[in-house]
Amino acid sequence: MHPAFSVIFLTTLIGAGQGLFLALMTVQAYADIGALTLPDGSYFGANSMIALALLVAGLVASFFHLGHPERAWRAAAMWRTSWLSREVIALPVFMFLVFVYGLLHYLGYNPNLFGPDAPPQGELTYLVGLLGVVAAFALFICTGMIYACLKFLQEWNTPLTPINYTLFGIASGFTLATVLAAWMAPELVTFYGGWAIAFTVLVFLTRGASLIRNQRIKHRSTLATAIGVRHAQIQQKAQGAMGGSFNTREYFHGRTAAFLKSVKWIFLVLVFPLPILFLALGLQNGSGILLGLAFATQYLGLIAERWFFFAQARHPQNLYYQTI
Amino acid sequence: MTQLALVIDLNVCVGCHACVTNCKQWNTSGKAGPLVDERPYDKDPTGTFFNRVQTFEVGEFPHTETVHFPKSCLHCEDPPCVPVCPTGASYKREEDGIVLVDYDKCIGCKYCSWACPYGAREIDEKQKVMKKCTLCVDRIYDETLPEAERKPACVLACPTSARLFGDVHDPESEVSVAIREQGGYPLMPEWGTQPSNHYLPRRKTRMKIHEDELVRVDNPLKKEGRLPRVDENESFLEDSASW
Repeated sequence: MHPAFSVIFLTTLIGAGQGLFLALMTVQAYADIGALTLPDGSYFGANSMIALALLVAGLVASFFHLGHPERAWRAAAMWRTSWLSREVIALPVFMFLVFVYGLLHYLGYNPNLFGPDAPPQGELTYLVGLLGVVAAFALFICTGMIYACLKFLQEWNTPLTPINYTLFGIASGFTLATVLAAWMAPELVTFYGGWAIAFTVLVFLTRGASLIRNQRIKHRSTLATAIGVRHAQIQQKAQGAMGGSFNTREYFHGRTAAFLKSVKWIFLVLVFPLPILFLALGLQNGSGILLGLAFATQYLGLIAERWFFFAQARHPQNLYYQTI
Repeated sequence: MTQLALVIDLNVCVGCHACVTNCKQWNTSGKAGPLVDERPYDKDPTGTFFNRVQTFEVGEFPHTETVHFPKSCLHCEDPPCVPVCPTGASYKREEDGIVLVDYDKCIGCKYCSWACPYGAREIDEKQKVMKKCTLCVDRIYDETLPEAERKPACVLACPTSARLFGDVHDPESEVSVAIREQGGYPLMPEWGTQPSNHYLPRRKTRMKIHEDELVRVDNPLKKEGRLPRVDENESFLEDSASW
């Protein structure tokens, strides 16, 4: 497939936003069982707004993918059948919850809905946060399923696709939370950094699994099934037009196999070992710059990863467009 | 239920592109606005077509065969492009099974084109909406046209009558009979899309002659050649019995 940068930025930016929010809720959950001291409301407020800013940036990027952005509101209509439609609903719902969560924390308005003596899990921010967690995971699943549900794009048609989207988002979100904590709440740096490394290792395993799976994939469609002639040797001689068409542009990455392979190794280095190294070093000597570098390389790597994700998928329609 | 569709006879198609031309002409002059053509007389011309004729070579020289392959939307019974549309702009008509796009609802996200394994959908890069074969829905029901002309433009244009049009759910229709009796098949059956359009395969007419058929069975001498001449002086039954 042809990788569209609008979609690459959409998925990587909202993934990081969702991950950052989940990192905030993890801290609140730990604090509520007494394992951490809760930072003050302005910390949560500021971080929620940064998560929201990432989500807004992703939303803005997605509009560049549309031919008619002014009609985008219509996209919420077919949520019964379309994962894209579900994503279009889940994203604003999640953004709203992140906004409310941050605002409640910032204002310090946090009554316990089950009475003043109830456990802290009944607090308003906690409940809104839990709804946000549900929305964040729903959004991850929607984003992943948009690709995983297309059964003839065999590279995508696997449960690993939504799993990878989820874990990449969480890993980059926790890395970002580590950077922000170094700036705003130094006592949380080790906590976030540890989780960021753990999630990065975890997503290395799942993405590695999908890379191995895709390497040995056997495509079910062949030229024989595409034109229905039972013969092992079929060659295209003409595709019906001398110039290009939508079909020759939208479904090909337009690069060489060597370029594709180099992008794979670039993202494998930028997303996994380098950020882990920078995070480990940053945690050791408390250097915010190293932590920042960890997020920067990981995000850059994620852009390459998403590019590769699209470019690697081989659409069966390409069988009809092999020669001019 | 009706399911209108095309049946394309690959044994008859000569790859002349008349269907492509007539399709483009009809659909670029309709109410939905032109089908875009960019740089038509320049370098890198491009444009949106509902129908394309492709050419494939089967086999290895000298045992090759050329297959001309017209390709358009197959109006699947279970179209994968329809449920993925977030706006409901893509839909399959209940009454005749035609898969259509509502150009006023389409947001141009291209997701439906990703979901079509055949690459039948092409975006109109000027109008920024997805377009596809409509089976000439603005023609086949037009009662101002003579009845014989209420067919898709491609069908009318085909000089070899390689394209048949009709209801594939009616077992007695011309298309159903053709599919049934001439081995009509769908494309990429592996994805379960159940295309309504079918293709009739290339067919060879071969005469099988057995060796004993080369020798006349009633040849009394068991060898080919002129029969022995009759002796003119010999007397026959007719000579004595001609009273």
